[in-house]
Amino acid sequence: MTQGAMGMAARPAIDYAALLKDAALAAFVVFFLAFPLIGLQTYDQGGALAVRGRWDLLAYAVIIGFVGRFLFQLAMLFKPVKSTKEPSDASLARQRQIGMIIRYALLGIALTMPFLPFSDRSWLDRGINVLIYVMLGWGLNIVVGLAGLLDLGYVAFYAVGAYSYALLSLNFGLNFWVCLPLAGLFAALFGVLLGAPTLRLRGDYLAIVTLGFGEIIRVVLLNWGSLSGGPNGIASIPRMDFFGLFPFGNREGAFHTVFGIEYERTHQIIFTYFVILALALMTNWMVNRLRKLPLGRAWEALREDEIACKSLGMNPTNTKLSAFAIGAMLGGFAGSFFAAKQGFINPESFTFMESATILAIVVLGGMGSQMGVVFAAIFLVLLPEVTRDFEQSRMLLFGAAMILIMVWRPKGVISHREPTLRLNPVKGA
Amino acid sequence: MRVEERVEQGGWLGESLPPFIGLHRCGTPDFRGRARLSAGAGLEYFLQQMINGLTLGSIYGLIAIGYTMVYGIIGMINFAHGEVYMIGSFIAVIAFTLLSAAGIAAVPLGIVAVLLAAVFFTAVYGWAIERVAYRPLRGAPKIAPLISAIGMSIFLQNYVQLAQGARVKPIPPVVRGSFELLHLDGFTVRLTFIQIFIILTTVVLMIGFTYLITRTSFGRQQRSCEQDRTMASLLGVNVDRTISATFVIGAALAAVAGVMVTMYYGVVDFYIGFLAGMKAFTAAVLGGIGSLPGAMLGGLLIGLIEALFSAYFSIEYKDVASFSILILVLMFMPSGLLGRPEIEKV
Amino acid sequence: MTQYDDSAVKEPLLQVDGLTMRFGGLIAIDNLSLVAGKGQITAIIGPNGAGKTTLFNCLTGFYKPTEGNLSFFHPAKTLQLQKLENHKVAQVAGVVRTFQNIRLFPKMTLLENLIVAQHNALMKASGYTFLGLFNLGGYAKAEKAAVEKAKYWLDQIGLTHRADEEAGNLPYGAQRRVEIARAMCVGPRMLCLDEPAAGLNPSESLELNTLLFRIRDQEKIGILLIEHDMSVVMKVSDRIYVLDHGKRIAAGTPDEIRNDPIVIKAYLGEDEDAELPPEIAADLAMRG
Repeated sequence: MTQGAMGMAARPAIDYAALLKDAALAAFVVFFLAFPLIGLQTYDQGGALAVRGRWDLLAYAVIIGFVGRFLFQLAMLFKPVKSTKEPSDASLARQRQIGMIIRYALLGIALTMPFLPFSDRSWLDRGINVLIYVMLGWGLNIVVGLAGLLDLGYVAFYAVGAYSYALLSLNFGLNFWVCLPLAGLFAALFGVLLGAPTLRLRGDYLAIVTLGFGEIIRVVLLNWGSLSGGPNGIASIPRMDFFGLFPFGNREGAFHTVFGIEYERTHQIIFTYFVILALALMTNWMVNRLRKLPLGRAWEALREDEIACKSLGMNPTNTKLSAFAIGAMLGGFAGSFFAAKQGFINPESFTFMESATILAIVVLGGMGSQMGVVFAAIFLVLLPEVTRDFEQSRMLLFGAAMILIMVWRPKGVISHREPTLRLNPVKGA
Repeated sequence: MRVEERVEQGGWLGESLPPFIGLHRCGTPDFRGRARLSAGAGLEYFLQQMINGLTLGSIYGLIAIGYTMVYGIIGMINFAHGEVYMIGSFIAVIAFTLLSAAGIAAVPLGIVAVLLAAVFFTAVYGWAIERVAYRPLRGAPKIAPLISAIGMSIFLQNYVQLAQGARVKPIPPVVRGSFELLHLDGFTVRLTFIQIFIILTTVVLMIGFTYLITRTSFGRQQRSCEQDRTMASLLGVNVDRTISATFVIGAALAAVAGVMVTMYYGVVDFYIGFLAGMKAFTAAVLGGIGSLPGAMLGGLLIGLIEALFSAYFSIEYKDVASFSILILVLMFMPSGLLGRPEIEKV
Repeated sequence: MTQYDDSAVKEPLLQVDGLTMRFGGLIAIDNLSLVAGKGQITAIIGPNGAGKTTLFNCLTGFYKPTEGNLSFFHPAKTLQLQKLENHKVAQVAGVVRTFQNIRLFPKMTLLENLIVAQHNALMKASGYTFLGLFNLGGYAKAEKAAVEKAKYWLDQIGLTHRADEEAGNLPYGAQRRVEIARAMCVGPRMLCLDEPAAGLNPSESLELNTLLFRIRDQEKIGILLIEHDMSVVMKVSDRIYVLDHGKRIAAGTPDEIRNDPIVIKAYLGEDEDAELPPEIAADLAMRG
């Protein structure tokens, strides 16, 4: 009763008959969708192709279509109407407080994670993977979330970073700490090279051009064998050492002898973990700082209205280019870290699906939201561990989630945007 | 004799590479022995590449129409269109396999049946995609339908992979035989029956389609929605239905392209939509996005460029060539060959 | 080139000479010449489709004119606006416009809107981001000054109390004022207003008049004004140009224009018995 008084008073009565009819129609369509591809399955029979029926699966698909449509329509009816009233200062302050607590809690977990009793090698690996995706997500967020440019080839910059480190360290014997900034620089350069001619294009053209660019980079890596090792990639890439001072490993002069501790193989991994944590935190700091600088505000303004920006004397191409270059640079950092951590790279790691995964993290996390990216990355890396099946259908679910989120909230998942500066201080803060 | 065999196996001299398959998997030897020829056969080799290019271009053109029509009417790139074409190919593979299992021997009848099945089921996909992923987003910020389209593309690719498996699906050749056009210095220029079929089907479809758009009531509604959706709806055009029909027609043409590719190369996998989609989109942009004759012209050009580039320069980098054309056209000729320039509305 | 006598404009700021803009076969502006002065409000009026907004688009670099010169008398040197890149028109010449269909940054706050307008100055102050990132080189001071400037203009339009609200949530009339304030934050030498009174109620129209006078008299800049609302035009303009079918058909003070037979004919058509357009009829009635 109280609930009804609070939120649903103005809602019309639910017309279940119409909903059921609608769901039946959906099931009908799903039947035709599923019949050829789910109901029938091709399989290999003595070298030739044969087809068999999977009528049980077809039936499930139709039922899922019916129930899914029914529930979706119901959910759309209950979708909160955007209130015209601004949330009160008190509730905003409380939200901010909760946000702060979550932030510090996550930071605490991240910092202490290697020393927790359960954390072994595999947990550290997972942690590192999460942090790589977090960093990539934050980097891409600059381009997609802040500047509103849909970049579908982000993984190309990741690849440039990775190959830069691999080639520089193997050919010139350069240390990871020297290569890291160089890799970022190269990636930024590629960002500028791609962006300069294409950033004046309309948004959807830009999306497909970046997609093409990502493919070009991959095809070149695949075929330029003398440089990139072709499909076999590059192996035995040097791991990172302790800030260029001493290596890890069970020998004299290595990390453990300098610090006078017992040799343990996890030292290197723990160190690697902290390196990516530091890189990710640096990215976060940078994005937060940029948002409050004229450049960051210009990105957001461009996302809102490019024509207005031009009328105010802002150079839109340069502004977009800087978003592209900075995003690319961060991708390049992450890439060179990836190469150093992995010790082995090949073009397989830099397919469009990888770009799509990073984009999915940004979108699922709620474009522009820093914390959302963290949760989406954790979700992405850890869920396959929970259920094996998920590994296979992960991208399927991601694709579906991207559609659903856009349909549910076309303007992005976060409804409240924190202003970058205020004239009147917030009450209750 | 060996050439003969290769043709019958569905592999193709000079072209030699099923255009959309293999590149995504590193380490796969992705083409069957490229034929490098003596200088004496230069003209013949060139002619052969032109024939191959035109065939390929017809297929690109049919897919490109879907991009260009959707772009014309709702002003967005339907990123999932390549997947629609891939679904068309899969349905064709399944239908051909079913037919051969049922022992249906009459080839022309079989092809018609497969075409009908592929067109019908793929059209349902085209309709459903618009209904689920795009219609709810009309009037949303521009980036929303783009992301939704990417999501749809990812979803469909993985859906087909899960439902039908990741392996390449081969079918035995449906139509065999060819005309020998020229024979010189041990090199024969061939026009296979299947190439004739592809080019003829495309020509017939284009004529029918042009008639549909320029002469029928549906065509008028479609064009009116393209020019001004609000005004069209005020004048009693059912805009939703017209947009749906546009997706259905685009999907149907993509399905025909899918059937023809299946017959031409004899293999299909879940990934073919990505590259074919990119190239067809390039074709649409090259021809001038929004322009129907432009899409066909662009398709033919891209097909020719790809065939000639693979034959004379490098088969490994032929996709790079297509993508570079895309980027160059967008930079220097954004309204394409036959498109109208867009005026920025202030 | 100019066959008109525009010597009445004492301190010319902008001189349009033989401007022509064609779109395919359509001639939107046909050999148009006019002069706008510093410290003056120059109004451009004319029926719909007369080419007023096209003129603005040419002036502010959104369209490249087919022919003609747009000379802007910048204190340092005379600039040819048609040769400047789109954004340079505002950045270099200081010609800043508003839009007929308001173009604010709706998700950003009023204050942010007004700070973005000071983008170029702030970018320089932040050392093109490199210094600002580490809060070096006096960026904090520059930002404070920018906020002060924004606050000044918010005071001028009476919206200081709503500074931290999203611009998109404001009522229509307030959004129009914010757009003017935002343009002023760029620090313009000339302000081009495209129908600033459209959709305003009478009291808001009056406030607009006051604001325009204040900008003209205190900032001493030129204002170019497209407006249909004659109650605004006749009261605030120092000089009026009348356009019809892309051509200039009359120029002069509000009084001269009001009594110009060509203008009346343009608005009324050839038919002598036709009714006056409501805005002119109302204006004439008001003036007795």
